[in-house]
Amino acid sequence: MKIIVLVKHVPDAQFDRHLNGEGYTTDRDESILSELDEYALEAGLQLAEARGGSKAGNQVIALSMGPAGAVNAVKKSLQMGATEGFHLTDDALAGSDAAATSLALAAAIRHIGTGAPVDLVLTGMASTDGETSLVPAQLAERLGLPQVTFASSLELDGGRLTARRDADTYSETVEASLPAVVSVTDQINEPRYPNFKGIIAAKRKSITTLSLADVGVDPSQVGRAGSWTTVTSAEERPPRTAGTIITDEGDAGIKLVDFLAAQKLL
Amino acid sequence: MAKVLVFIDNPGDALKKSSLELLTLARSLGETVVALNGDLNSGVSDEFAEYGVTAVYRPSSQDLDNYLVAPKAAYLAAAVEAAGAGTVLLDNSPEGKEIAARLGIRLGAGVITDVVGVDADGTAHKSVLAGSYTTASRVTTPVAVLTVKANNVTPEPAASPSTPDAVTVEVPGDSIATAARITDRQQKTATGRPDLTDARIVVAGGRGLDGDFGPVEQLADALGAAVGASRAATDAGWISHDAQVGQTGKTVSPQLYISAGISGAIQQKAGMQTAKVIVAVNKDAESPVFEIADFGIIGDLFDVLPQATEEIKKRKG
Ligand SMILES: Cc1cc2nc3c(=O)[nH]c(=O)nc-3n(C[C@H](O)[C@H](O)[C@H](O)COP(=O)(O)OP(=O)(O)OC[C@H]3O[C@@H](n4cnc5c(N)ncnc54)[C@H](O)[C@@H]3O)c2cc1C
Repeated sequence: MKIIVLVKHVPDAQFDRHLNGEGYTTDRDESILSELDEYALEAGLQLAEARGGSKAGNQVIALSMGPAGAVNAVKKSLQMGATEGFHLTDDALAGSDAAATSLALAAAIRHIGTGAPVDLVLTGMASTDGETSLVPAQLAERLGLPQVTFASSLELDGGRLTARRDADTYSETVEASLPAVVSVTDQINEPRYPNFKGIIAAKRKSITTLSLADVGVDPSQVGRAGSWTTVTSAEERPPRTAGTIITDEGDAGIKLVDFLAAQKLL
Repeated sequence: MAKVLVFIDNPGDALKKSSLELLTLARSLGETVVALNGDLNSGVSDEFAEYGVTAVYRPSSQDLDNYLVAPKAAYLAAAVEAAGAGTVLLDNSPEGKEIAARLGIRLGAGVITDVVGVDADGTAHKSVLAGSYTTASRVTTPVAVLTVKANNVTPEPAASPSTPDAVTVEVPGDSIATAARITDRQQKTATGRPDLTDARIVVAGGRGLDGDFGPVEQLADALGAAVGASRAATDAGWISHDAQVGQTGKTVSPQLYISAGISGAIQQKAGMQTAKVIVAVNKDAESPVFEIADFGIIGDLFDVLPQATEEIKKRKG
């Protein structure tokens, strides 16, 4: 099996995050592999392992798109157990919206699939920076593949995949044929930590750098030029400040109701 | 006048408030037409007329509900073309966003999600990075696709009612061939409480509840509120996963968010920090939730919540 897992290098949400410069892109200092992509990687590794792992020809390929630093997301994926990595990087990609991102990633996936076609593309449920969840569905549309989003479980049986999805008022089982694009939630598994062996092994795994020319994309189709949306202004919200803090002296419930009444919230 | 197409999925007997909000917003941007999926009952038909809808498009195929979003997006793309619409509005549910995503590629149209307001010139407003920025953005393509969050528009019928035309739209067959099929669907039992994403008040509980959501539910019911939870509480199985508020759960922006027995980890804050007023009850004065609470109580939730519930009942008489 050939599984591609999309991994994004995103600003660590534990720190203050900033939009800056032309086009209000996110500041990518202090970036990490998006936590939500670790679930997709774990899902890919488990599917490969259940089929005899890399010895049996199962590949779990980590693909990241982004500036130089984004290669770190690929490196961490290799440490966790991915067999090979690709890093699509090009100055022209800066400021790509979801549509442009999906165009570039679709081209990279087709490129990686030359020769041996890709069976499955796995992604996290959303990036932790843009948070739009648009890319998996847009990728599926561009590649002409079925999409299964927000999978909380995933099984493969030959060429068919079965997944469970949970919505507010119902939960459902869905089936699709491979190849397909699947995004997974944080309910699907518990991602592993890279161990010492994995970290050492990762040093010997290959990471291929791809440019737009390599994957046959014209620079005008991506980046700010190729995006179909543009941010015209961004304002930082004043951070919330602490209000009144009281210690319960037996009447805090009543004081709470007084507060709600004063705020006209009853 | 520019046409604005609103997608409405399986309304049942009456339109949801969020659908009425979309129709109201649409009217402020141009002539409103609807692309409907599912049955058109007479109550809904009357509401369309009341809200000034000039045409209702319906799919040629009745079984779009048996698939994940691809055929719905393909149908909608055909409806947008048939109507010549310049703007498409959808609700901001996960499914609404996915349909918007695929629709955007089909039409070569920019998509903006999580929209809280749209100006007459099409500028869309939203908040990003877990509520730390508000941005204005625009779609640069001829058609704009926007998914709009609930509770940001007051529903208002049109000044004069309309008589909508009925139009059938062919659903492209290829979109069904490559779609994932839904093979089983289990309804969850309704709680009778307001829907978490659009509730005016949310009372949320965390690990501090120690398995007993009673105090949170009773306070929620006294306030007419929805019940939310931290991931620790949903992971422990004390309450269903759809109650989770936060980065991988729901984003809520209520008038009032009461957080009880929740520490306030960054992933939890991400889902609630745009609430107008935040109240926190926690035993531990060092909990990060107190950094953002408008009113914080250092105390045991098992004392504070029941006392507040009794007091509210007393005052409401
Ligand atoms: C990728 C990822 C995504 C995540 N997404 C989410 C998300 O969407 N939503 C979310 O909530 N979390 C999310 N988390 C988890 C998050 O990091 C925290 O672990 C979680 O929010 C903690 O829940 P809690 O506050 O209920 O539990 P704890 O952190 O254990 O806090 C419990 C609190 O209860 C207080 N308490 C205990 N007993 C009482 C009492 N009797 N009275 C009053 N107070 C009491 C304690 O002082 C403590 O502050 C995510 C984590 C990851 C890694």
